[in-house]
Amino acid sequence: MQIYLPIAELPVNMFLLFGMGLAVGFISGMFGIGGGFLMTPLLIFIGINPAVSVATVSSHIAASSASSAISYWRRNAIDMPLAMMLLVGGISGTAGGVALFTLLRSADLLDLVIALSYVVLLVAVGGMMVSEALRAIVRSYQGYPVVLRRPGSHTWLHGLPFKVRFKRSKIYVSSIPVLGIGFIIGFVGALMGIGGGFLLVPMLIYFLRVPTATVIGTSTVLTLITMASATVMHAATNHLVDAMLALILMVGGVVGAQFGARAGQRMKAERLRLLLGLLVLGVGVRFALELLIQPSELFSIRFTGDAG
Amino acid sequence: MMKRIVIATAVSLFAAWPACAERLITSLSSHQVLVTSSFTGTELVLFGSIERDAKTVSRKGEYDIVVTVAGPRETLVVRHKDRVFGIWTNAESRSFLNTPTYLAVLSNRPVSEVAAPELLRRQGIGMYLVPRPSLTSGIQSGEHDLFRDALIRLREQRKLYVNDPKGVTFLTPNLFRATIRLPAEAPVGSYEVDVRLFADGAELARASSALEVVKVGIEQFIVNAAANHGILYGLFTTLMALATGWLASVVFRKD
Repeated sequence: MQIYLPIAELPVNMFLLFGMGLAVGFISGMFGIGGGFLMTPLLIFIGINPAVSVATVSSHIAASSASSAISYWRRNAIDMPLAMMLLVGGISGTAGGVALFTLLRSADLLDLVIALSYVVLLVAVGGMMVSEALRAIVRSYQGYPVVLRRPGSHTWLHGLPFKVRFKRSKIYVSSIPVLGIGFIIGFVGALMGIGGGFLLVPMLIYFLRVPTATVIGTSTVLTLITMASATVMHAATNHLVDAMLALILMVGGVVGAQFGARAGQRMKAERLRLLLGLLVLGVGVRFALELLIQPSELFSIRFTGDAG
Repeated sequence: MMKRIVIATAVSLFAAWPACAERLITSLSSHQVLVTSSFTGTELVLFGSIERDAKTVSRKGEYDIVVTVAGPRETLVVRHKDRVFGIWTNAESRSFLNTPTYLAVLSNRPVSEVAAPELLRRQGIGMYLVPRPSLTSGIQSGEHDLFRDALIRLREQRKLYVNDPKGVTFLTPNLFRATIRLPAEAPVGSYEVDVRLFADGAELARASSALEVVKVGIEQFIVNAAANHGILYGLFTTLMALATGWLASVVFRKD
């Protein structure tokens, strides 16, 4: 069934959109990520204007992360003080990211920088996650118990001052890396148009040693708040949020996120990390191929007006 | 004195249009295309009649009709990817000012056979309506511009530029019909419909009309809200997101 999208100005099959929402929602619920790095390229692929895609995806992510956040809240799997402190860093990071975005656009370097940062970030993070998870899986097959918190694994991060105790996560860390991680996520998110969940989860695990029990719930809350405010900001400044498109994606997304969250809790943590790593790596490699292989169509048209 | 001016004017008129006796009368099946949520493109039919009277010169050749439909104009930028340090990225670009976002050229035989290219170019008939790119220095580039060719090719792939040399059908020697196909992606706005009558390579008559593509109903409501009440619209969309998320977690609650 075809439906005409008012802001994107083209008709799209409703069931295709619903299915895309469902699939990305499942992944986002399972790994506690927004899924923007999957949904935005998918929407562009089916012919929706990139600017409309980026703006609309933020509301889709807000919906699916709201759905999973509520599930995690009921399971008491959210560390609220940690989420709030990350958010403080995130807001200042977003401001920095937006500033660099404007600067790069005026220098006509934005497209290249975004493409390159997608490749570098996704390939590096995905590769790291895959190798780490594989090592953990091999260790567990060899009979060693899976140790998440090894004694004596304190890094220099744990020697920093301004220590705070996060009771729910049972960690006692300096507030400097917490704010720093929030800043990086906000900065990268604003620059690349992604929620940054796939970056946040591994950072919380490897740098702050947040236990698996709370890491996904906490990351979901942060994603929810940043994406909800991004929707309002995009709607107020660019007028490019397509409510019709958003609604269809959302309905698919929240249903998928529910099933995803359940599937994720049943799976072993290191298997989950391996899957997410492979997914991130796959998307990164796809972006890299796009840059390295000569495209069949070298020309493209860009509209300078507000309509597209 | 007065008499001489009148005669001179009459003579010059006849010199410019030696055969202005034909009149072109056209009718479009609809002047307004409504875009609803089930819009998947539409077809409009243009009927036209070539009126002759007793004084009209008889012609050896047959009549030719060129129908040009030009959608709302915008500045389009065509970019070309090139290899920079091993990476394929947008390098050069050309701006096309005031260029139709939709263009249909329908005729009864190839436009290049209807009239001399010189006349077509001067009058901006057919694909000549697509301007040549303006460079930053303001110098216009040559006729066969790669960027202009790419623009036409890319728009044709999405059916937003149509060049149909069999798009006009003569029902009788003086009555013709043309079908204008608007794809679902056709931009919203006003379209100029220009019909020109040719015979033996000379333009005899011309008729202009217009049509409008407008969004209605929920489509119109959403576009208005997004454009005029951005913050409210954004808050509403966010609220919708939260409500959808909450609803799903209630529906799927097991415990």
